[in-house]
Amino acid sequence: MAVASWVALLPRKTLAGPTGPARFARHAFNTLPGVSTAQLQRTPLYQRHEELGAKIIPFAGWEMPVAYEGIREEHSAVRTHAGMFDVSHMGEVEVEGPGALAFLQRVLSNDVAAIDPGGAQYSCLCNEEGGVLDDLFAYRLGSDRYLLVTNSANHEADLAWLGRWSREFDVSVRNVADRYAMLAVQGPHAREIIARALGIEPAARMRVAAARIGGRPALACGTGYTGEDGVELLIDPDIATAIWAELLDAGVVPCGLGARDTLRLEVCFPLHGNDLGPDRNPIEAGLGWCCREEAGFVGAEAVARARTEGTPERLAPFRIEGPGIPRQGNQVLADEEPVGVVTSGSFSPSLEVGIGMAYLRSDFAEPGTGVEINVRGKRRAARVASKPLYEKER
Amino acid sequence: MAEANYPDDLLYHDQHDWARLEGDDHAVFGITWYAQDSLGEVVFYDPPEVGATVDKDSSYAEVESVKAVSDVIAPMSGEVIEVNDALTDTPEKINEDPYGGGWLIKVKLAQPSEAEALHDAAEYRKLLEND
Repeated sequence: MAVASWVALLPRKTLAGPTGPARFARHAFNTLPGVSTAQLQRTPLYQRHEELGAKIIPFAGWEMPVAYEGIREEHSAVRTHAGMFDVSHMGEVEVEGPGALAFLQRVLSNDVAAIDPGGAQYSCLCNEEGGVLDDLFAYRLGSDRYLLVTNSANHEADLAWLGRWSREFDVSVRNVADRYAMLAVQGPHAREIIARALGIEPAARMRVAAARIGGRPALACGTGYTGEDGVELLIDPDIATAIWAELLDAGVVPCGLGARDTLRLEVCFPLHGNDLGPDRNPIEAGLGWCCREEAGFVGAEAVARARTEGTPERLAPFRIEGPGIPRQGNQVLADEEPVGVVTSGSFSPSLEVGIGMAYLRSDFAEPGTGVEINVRGKRRAARVASKPLYEKER
Repeated sequence: MAEANYPDDLLYHDQHDWARLEGDDHAVFGITWYAQDSLGEVVFYDPPEVGATVDKDSSYAEVESVKAVSDVIAPMSGEVIEVNDALTDTPEKINEDPYGGGWLIKVKLAQPSEAEALHDAAEYRKLLEND
């Protein structure tokens, strides 16, 4: 027993070189190369995670729960009932001022003007070359006030980037990450449980509503990263443990980053650091739907060019047609020729097969195309699929 | 099984594998409670072929959980004479019963004396405590 590589969960930059075997230790995941436990941050719920017996791993500079009872059970709780994720590691940025809309239209890929007060929108933050610096949700809290929720690994860099571009606008950009703990409560019963347990009416899908939770101002957002209906709560860190306990009592199942990753992969939501990065534009990542080049955002020229000319590679989902579980970094082959690389791979608890996403040469990225995945020396037959890989039976 | 358990009738390799000696020159191999607990729910076991050679301290197979892959290390050298086919459909047996239904392979030992280098249960438990 030697290797335990938590490949898919770790941002690429925490891995030193190719994902070689990490030695098994008491917590195998703490011994990965390049990960120091010295300066890791903890969320207000860290103690609760320990009490629940969670396995804790370093993730994007934080000590986060990867699983409590088991990834499969937690995954299934979200698909059939309600699960909650501590996602307090995610970053929050408040953008406010008369120039807020014009500024966000300049830095975000989507049509920010289309968000009415109380609305939410998914967007990419691109560099001048059209590369994806981060993907994020923008919530419009007031006529000239927005909240951006960033990926924790990119939060500081996003702040610097936003600060730089904000100088041309009458706007203030504030890091408000310390002001919020964040709970993602997801699953078909999430809404009714939140309404009952917390006495609030959560916002509709893709909306945000101000609420009082635990006697403090909070935001209840109709968004998520699991493919299920659900709510993301942005709450005062001081009441996070109390709210966690109330939801636990109400029957919400605590879920870790492991299930979060399998849930999002089944519905083909990209993960920045795996499937998205500064070297990939939104078009090849399949995110052209959230880009409005006419609005003139930073990187729009490059994105428009990629859209018009097409891209040599495209991010495509696939499923393995037999045994084997694809993992990040595995090579994809067709007729003995390399045609791509897996950027996310896992066992799918819902489909009970290996699934993944890969950047594939565009002529091999069409659904139905047969390919092979080189899984540590073994060729596994796979078929390119359409999104999502998992769809709820209706 | 939910609680740590290291039976006294097994020999242990420090890479968290066990061997149960049978007769003079046969043994059954598997992974320890600690190994399966660290890995989480096993969803895939890719066994070696019957007739394959396994070498002491070298990997002979892989077990995978949803998010992790682990090599399985041979505690002793020999030839594979049987693999646990039941694990193809029910790999979770490795978690539920790591020393029983979750056994991985049966081996005809090349050098039964290699057993002397393995740990008994008390030594292995001590190894885990000092880990």
